[in-house]
Amino acid sequence: MTDGATGRARAGAKTVADLLRRRGEQIAQRWADLPFFQAVFTVTRDEAVEACHAVVDSLSAVAESGRVDDLEAPGFQPIREQLIAMTASRARSGLSTAQVDREVGALREAALELLAADAPEEAGEARVQLVTLFATLRVMVVDTMLQENQEIVLRQRQQLLEMATPVIKLWDRLVAVPLIGMLDSARSQVVMENLLEAIVEHKATIVILDITGVSTVDSLVAHHLMKTVASARLMGAECVISGIRPAIAQTIVQLGLDLGPVTTRASLADALEWALERREGRDLPTRGNP
Amino acid sequence: MTSSSTIPVLDLGGLLLVSIQGELPDDAAVSLQKDVTAAVANTGSRGLIIDISALDMVDSFLARVLAEVAASSRLLAARTVLVGMRPAVAITLVELGLSLPGMDTARTVTEAAASFGVTIEQTDRPGRGTS
Repeated sequence: MTDGATGRARAGAKTVADLLRRRGEQIAQRWADLPFFQAVFTVTRDEAVEACHAVVDSLSAVAESGRVDDLEAPGFQPIREQLIAMTASRARSGLSTAQVDREVGALREAALELLAADAPEEAGEARVQLVTLFATLRVMVVDTMLQENQEIVLRQRQQLLEMATPVIKLWDRLVAVPLIGMLDSARSQVVMENLLEAIVEHKATIVILDITGVSTVDSLVAHHLMKTVASARLMGAECVISGIRPAIAQTIVQLGLDLGPVTTRASLADALEWALERREGRDLPTRGNP
Repeated sequence: MTSSSTIPVLDLGGLLLVSIQGELPDDAAVSLQKDVTAAVANTGSRGLIIDISALDMVDSFLARVLAEVAASSRLLAARTVLVGMRPAVAITLVELGLSLPGMDTARTVTEAAASFGVTIEQTDRPGRGTS
């Protein structure tokens, strides 16, 4: 860029900064009625106007510094938090990135019209600067949205990992499954499949299902447990359910749930002791219900 | 034997062993049921071991046949142990609500035999021994 062009760009940016400062109130009033602000600040219009002011001031500061195409311009910093909150709110209401981007793009019109009215003679370069400034704002909004989505994905991946249920080989032919968290249909299916595969792999004859980490036991969870026990038995392995806390024992009784012939123990230690004793004399196949 | 069943019922001296290899059509299942019940009565066996480790599918009909074999064997004073069920089969049966409550289960034929007090000695396989 030649010195002349740089000078013109600086002058244009200055014009934009002046315009935004002078006409801030009018722009804010018009923006407050646009969907991007209106849909987020639903309680009072004043709140929306105030948010618009913050954005206008910030844009003005960026234009003043002449870094209209710089995402890292210091002027953008004050509204970054606010934009993250707003875009997150818009995304939550089901808008796609492209739709939010379009809403932000709509903000440009008000400023362009006022520019044309105020300074028709130097509109050329100032217009370029203004358009660039709003393009940068759009990129920033899209960027924050993507970052937000990325964080959601990371958080959920973490949760999934925590949910994964390992099958632990405790002893020769003895495996344990520590169940943690909620036990819904999908998860109990995974638990059951993993467990049955592990029975084959480890030649397990005894399985300890530890439910210390299961937050609540209702009839559905009990049903899942019973299904797991039944399928393990069909394969020739015997199950013991351990880690039944007093509160859970009471719940099970109060709900009238029938765990049938399943062996239960209070703690994993008790279950392990039972399993080892059982294994010693174990040449008995698992007995069916009488 | 005039039966169309191709599944042999082996007499191990007081124990009967039936190993189902491959898919079992419904008519074969019915004739197996007849053969096994007859064999239990004829030999006066105490135990019946049914090995289904080769089956990767057990439908509700076969499950019912197996349960009936176990029930009729019990009437003839023989206990039935089902052996070697695969994970997928176990899941399917439980989902169908067929958890075969009247039958005993074991992981291997060795374990099932041990439950009848018959010890099948572990011998070195060829190529793994010291010789």
